[in-house]
Amino acid sequence: MNPVRKKRLIVVFMIAFGAATIVGLMLFALSENLNLFFTPSQIANGEAPLEKRIRIGGLVLEDSVSRVKTGLVVEFVITDNVSHVTVNYEGILPDLFREGQGIVANGRLNQQGVFVADEVLAKHDENYMPPEAMEAMKNAGHPMEEEK
Amino acid sequence: MWALVKEYYHKFGSPKHFYELTGKLLPWFAIPAVLCLVVGSVWGLAFAPADYQQGNSFRIMYIHVPAASLAMSVYVMMAVAGAIGLIWKIKMADMVAKSAAPIGAAFTLLALVTGAIWGKPTWGTWWVWDARLTSMLVMLFLYVGIISLQASFDSAKSAAKSSAVLAIVGLVNLPIIKYSVDWWNTLHQSASFTVSDKPAMPPEMYLPLIVMVFGYYFLFATLLMMITRCEILEREVRSRWVARVLLNRPLKKN
Repeated sequence: MNPVRKKRLIVVFMIAFGAATIVGLMLFALSENLNLFFTPSQIANGEAPLEKRIRIGGLVLEDSVSRVKTGLVVEFVITDNVSHVTVNYEGILPDLFREGQGIVANGRLNQQGVFVADEVLAKHDENYMPPEAMEAMKNAGHPMEEEK
Repeated sequence: MWALVKEYYHKFGSPKHFYELTGKLLPWFAIPAVLCLVVGSVWGLAFAPADYQQGNSFRIMYIHVPAASLAMSVYVMMAVAGAIGLIWKIKMADMVAKSAAPIGAAFTLLALVTGAIWGKPTWGTWWVWDARLTSMLVMLFLYVGIISLQASFDSAKSAAKSSAVLAIVGLVNLPIIKYSVDWWNTLHQSASFTVSDKPAMPPEMYLPLIVMVFGYYFLFATLLMMITRCEILEREVRSRWVARVLLNRPLKKN
């Protein structure tokens, strides 16, 4: 290759690698802060700050949702199959909210370790299925997790 | 062999040859684009089964997923074309890189907007600052930066040079977009399609999506050729062959 072009090729590679290194180091330094939410295990380990606005994410534990008779207050437990966190929320839940579903809640963790949420978002997983297939799988006693 | 490569290199680098070649190629991309997009959207939006949880709102995936995937591919292509222009000083590569930027920006915007529309009913929010959404927004800003750089120089040479450098630097964002859902906790779900595993949905749901992906890529090729052809005519306006084109005469003298 002609030496001038070779030099330019090296410069281009150096730009690309330099940028990649800088961004890589930045992401490495920021890595924990780039998580959108804390998991219940992180909260159990005391990694999440108390009384500060944070997000937590996990699966809604089966049979844990309880509603107060009047008003919109709802309490449920979220889990990552290792630790549990109780969430208290007043408001309208998204359509996809149900037991066993992943959610992300925005709010504060109080001194008692209860998460007081002011926003609940449903997290959708990467699986899509027609309703008939889901029905057939349920009838066969075949929960989705085992399918994978 | 080497002579052939060299001849091809010179021919492909020539705007006139590029113009002639793409003129012949255009219908071969435009017709499949229309076919795939019509078949894919009718199939996906009307005939594919609804999702058991999301109902019909999942169908926006047939617009969203190919747009996002194409937006990223266009970025890589634009950066590679920019690098070729920088290193080998091929004018054609600069023109292709310049023409690709607005198309990529449009598809990035489409992916962001359709994602927001899907996010409202599914997640309960239009937007969330998670790693996937934010890195995609950064890509939109990169595209906008490149388009503005291209427009802010009087000389085409310096415009091409500076925007190619920005495009190459911006390449680091691509693995971040792709792997953000695996590296960090995000609200955005991880990929439903991977090279190693079978798709996380049945064929009657993913086949229309594949048709749509092909439609989008054909559409991109068509748009890129059309915009690049305009760019060539604009830049080579003083040459005699362009005069012949503009007067609607055949390119070759008979």
